[in-house]
Amino acid sequence: MAELKTDEMVINMGPQHPSTHGVLRLELLLDGEIVENVKPHIGYLHRCFEKHCEAMTYPQVIPYTDRLDYVNAMSNELGYAIAIEKLLGIEVPERVEYIRVIMAELQRIASHLVAIGTYGNDTGAFTPFLYCFIDREKVLELFEMTCGARMLYNYIWVGGLSHDIPDGFVKKTKEFIKYFRPKIKQLNDLLTFNKIFIERTINIGILPADVAINAGASGPTLRGSGVKFDLRKNDPYSVYHKFDFDIPIGKGELGTVGDCWDRYMVRVREMEESLKIVEQAIDNIPEGDVTSAIPKRIKPVAGEIYSRTEVPKGELGYYIISDGSLNPYRVKVRSPSFVHLSLMNQISRGYMLADVVLVLGSFDVVLGEIDR
Amino acid sequence: MEAAEIFNLLKSVFNEGIMELKTDVPVAPFIIVSADKINAVSLFLRDEDTLQFDSLSCLSGVDYDKDNLASVYHLYSFVHNHKITIKVIVPKDNPLVQSVYDVWATAEWHEREAFDMMGLKYENHPDPRRILCPDDWEGHPLRKDYKVQEFYKGMKVPY
Amino acid sequence: MENYFVTIFGNNLLAFILIPTAILIYVAVFALYAVLAERKVSAFMQDRIGPNRTGKWGLLQTIMDVVKLMQKEFVAPEFADKGLYNMAPFVVFVATFMGYAVLPFSQIFIGADLNLGLFYFFAITSLGVMGLLMAGWSSHNKYSLYGAMRSVAQIVSYEIPTALSALVVVMIAGTLSMQEIVTSQQGGIQNWYILGGPGGISKLIIIPFMAIAALILFISTLAETNRTPFDIPEADSELVAGVHLEYSGMKFAMFFMAEYAQMFAVSAIVATLFFGGWQSPFGDMIPFLNAPVVQVIWFLIKGLFFVFVQIWLRWTLPRVRVDQLMTMCWKYFIPISLVNIFIIGLYLVL
Repeated sequence: MAELKTDEMVINMGPQHPSTHGVLRLELLLDGEIVENVKPHIGYLHRCFEKHCEAMTYPQVIPYTDRLDYVNAMSNELGYAIAIEKLLGIEVPERVEYIRVIMAELQRIASHLVAIGTYGNDTGAFTPFLYCFIDREKVLELFEMTCGARMLYNYIWVGGLSHDIPDGFVKKTKEFIKYFRPKIKQLNDLLTFNKIFIERTINIGILPADVAINAGASGPTLRGSGVKFDLRKNDPYSVYHKFDFDIPIGKGELGTVGDCWDRYMVRVREMEESLKIVEQAIDNIPEGDVTSAIPKRIKPVAGEIYSRTEVPKGELGYYIISDGSLNPYRVKVRSPSFVHLSLMNQISRGYMLADVVLVLGSFDVVLGEIDR
Repeated sequence: MEAAEIFNLLKSVFNEGIMELKTDVPVAPFIIVSADKINAVSLFLRDEDTLQFDSLSCLSGVDYDKDNLASVYHLYSFVHNHKITIKVIVPKDNPLVQSVYDVWATAEWHEREAFDMMGLKYENHPDPRRILCPDDWEGHPLRKDYKVQEFYKGMKVPY
Repeated sequence: MENYFVTIFGNNLLAFILIPTAILIYVAVFALYAVLAERKVSAFMQDRIGPNRTGKWGLLQTIMDVVKLMQKEFVAPEFADKGLYNMAPFVVFVATFMGYAVLPFSQIFIGADLNLGLFYFFAITSLGVMGLLMAGWSSHNKYSLYGAMRSVAQIVSYEIPTALSALVVVMIAGTLSMQEIVTSQQGGIQNWYILGGPGGISKLIIIPFMAIAALILFISTLAETNRTPFDIPEADSELVAGVHLEYSGMKFAMFFMAEYAQMFAVSAIVATLFFGGWQSPFGDMIPFLNAPVVQVIWFLIKGLFFVFVQIWLRWTLPRVRVDQLMTMCWKYFIPISLVNIFIIGLYLVL
C-alpha cells in the first residue's frame, strides 16, 4: 500500500472566537495537534485613534485614551496626562498625585482580575472567572462613586482631576482592601495551585529574558521571565517613589522561568502589591484642591515627548509631538499588547493547539489598544 | 550616558552617517541619523559596552514637515538605565529606511505599522505588509496630505 | 423479565413498544432537568441565581429551550456530506439509548436482562463514537474534525480502563449479567462491591483495590462522556464546540440529550457495579425499603448522585490537555487496572 500523503492544515482562529480576547485572527499552521506557525492578523478594531487626536485639542483626547485598553481606562488617562504635563512643564498638587496613584492601583487590580479570570476560562475553568468579576465589581463601584462611570472614566485630567473624591471613598476603599486580601487566597486555592491548571500552564510559552528584552516585552510579561524591572521603580513617575512595594518576578517555581504560569503568578502577586500601595496612600492623602492646577488653555510650545508609564499590561508609551497649536501634531501610542502579540509566533511554535490559547491569554492582550 | 556623549561617540565611529544633535528642543534631545546607516548605527548602539541600548521602546512614523517623513526610535538601556531618541528623516517621494528588525525584534511590527500609516518603506523587512488597514487599502492615513479613497470594494468610504 | 411485562400487558408486541417508551420518556425528562440542574448547580457555585423566570424556580426553562430548538431552522453547511451529517446525531443518541436496555432500574424493571449485559453495554455505547466521527467529518469544518478526532482517540482509549475496572467486579461476581451482579450485593451496604462484596473477614484485604477500581471506573467514564475535565473534544476555548459546531435546532438537541443520557448511563453503571444498584443500603432489615418501587428510587438516588458529582467537577476543574489525557490513560490507569485485576485474581484463587 502506498504511503498516505500528509499535509499541514491551516486553521483560522477568529476573528470571532471565544478565546482570542476580542476581534483577533490567528492563522495557525497545524501538524495534527502541533502548532507549526502562528500568524496574527490584527486591525479589525482599528478606530483611527491617532488620526482623531490630530483633530482634537489636548484635553479632548482624554476620553479617547479610555478606549485604548478599555479594561484599564484610568491608567491610560494617567499616562496621557503625565505626558502632557511634562510637555507643559507644570506641577500638579500632591493631593492629585495621591488620588491618581490610588486610582491607578485600584485599576491595576481590576485589570489583573479580568486577566486572571479570563485565563482561568481559557483553561476551561469557568467558575474562577465569575469569582474574579464579583471582586472586580467592588472596584468598579469605587470608581462609580468617584466619577459616575464604570468603565470609561474621563477622570484624570491634564493638571488635575475632574472631581475630588467623594465622602466615604476612603472608608469604602479600606473596606475593599480588607475584603480583597482573603479573596486572593481563595483564588489561589481554587485556580492557581490546582494540579490540572499547573500542568496545563507550566513549561509552555517559555519566554527567555534576553528574547523578552529584545522583543520589547514589558510589564508582567517581562517580569514573568525573571527581569526585575518596573517603571514605577526604575523610571519613577507621579509619587510612586514614596511607597514601599516589591516587584514580583517569575522564578520558575513549578516549571521553567518565563512560562505561562510565571506570567500568571506575577499578576496574582502584583495585586497584593497594589493593595499595599493603596493601603499606604489612602491614609496620607494631603489636603488641597484637585482642580487648581488645571490650565485654562493647553497650548504647549513646539516640541515632542516620549513618556511611558507602567500600566497593568506593561509599558504604555505616548509619543506626542506639539507644533505649538491647540491640537497635537502627532500622537503615537506604544501599546504593550501590540508588542506582546508580535511575540506570539516565536513562543507558541512547537506547542499544541490548546496551548496557543493559553500563551495568548498569558499576555493578557486587549485588542482595543492593539488596533487603536 | 548623556545625549551629547552618545552623539560624540557615534560621530567618531560613523562620521558621515550621523548628521545632527538637537538639544535645544523640548523635552528631550535627539540625534539625526542618515537612512542608509541606521541599521549599522542601531547595531552599534545595542552592542557597544558603554551604550547597550538593548530595548527599542517605541518606533514611530512621523509626517515630519512638508517634504519629509521621519522614523523615530526611542531607545532604552536596561543595563545603564539611559535613554536616547534617534530620528531618520527621509524625503516623501523616496521614503526608504533600513529596517532594524534584526537588531530589535520588536521593530518588525512597529515598522509594519509605520509603513501602513505613514508610507515609510523599510528595506530588508521580512514581512512588508500593511498591519492595521486592509491589504488593498490606498494611501497612508496618518500623513497630513492623506485623502481618503472614494470607494473601497464598491463601498462608499467617506460617509 | 420480559415475561413479566408480557404478562402485565398481555401482548408481546405491546410490551416491546411500551418498555422502551417508558425509558425514552425517562431519558427525555432526565435530560431536560439535568440541564436545569446543571445550570442551577453552577449558578449556586458561582454566586448567581440561575434561571428563575420561566416557571417557579425556572422549572420550565429547559422545556422552553426545547420548544425554541424545535422551531429552529435546520442550517446545514453548504459542503457538508448531507447523508452522514443528518444521520450522525441520531446514531449518537441511539447508541446511548440502547445502553439503557440493560440498566437494572429495579428487580423487575430492566429492558433485557442479558447474560452478557455489561459487555453489551460497553459494546453498544461505544458505537456513539461512530456518530461523533460522522458528525465531525461530514460537517466540513476543521474545528469539528479536530473535535471528532480528539473524541475518538479519547473514547477508544478510555474504553480500556473502563472495561478493566469493571472486570474486577465481574471476576468476583462471576457473571456479566447486570441483574445478577446487583443481586449478588444483597444484604446491605457491607456487601456492596465498593466494600469488597459479600464474603468473610478476608475481604478486608481487597477493599482498597475495589476503591481504586471504582475511582478509575468513574474517572474513565467521565472521559467517555466528554465531561470536564476531559471535555477536550468540545473544548470551547480552542475548538469552540467541537463536533456540535455546525448543528442547530433539534439535531443539536439530540447531541445534547445524548450527552446527558450518557451521563446518567455511566453513573448508573458505577452505581450498579460498586454501589449495589437498586439494593437498599439497609439490606433486609427494613423489608419495605426493598420493595420494587422503592428499589427504583434507590437506583435513581445513586445514579443521580454521580450525575451531581459530574456537574460539580465540571464547574470546579480546568480542562486537561490532549496529551496529558492520553498519558493519564495509558501510563497510569491501564497499568493500575491490570495490577488490580492481578491482585483480585490472586485473592480469588487463594
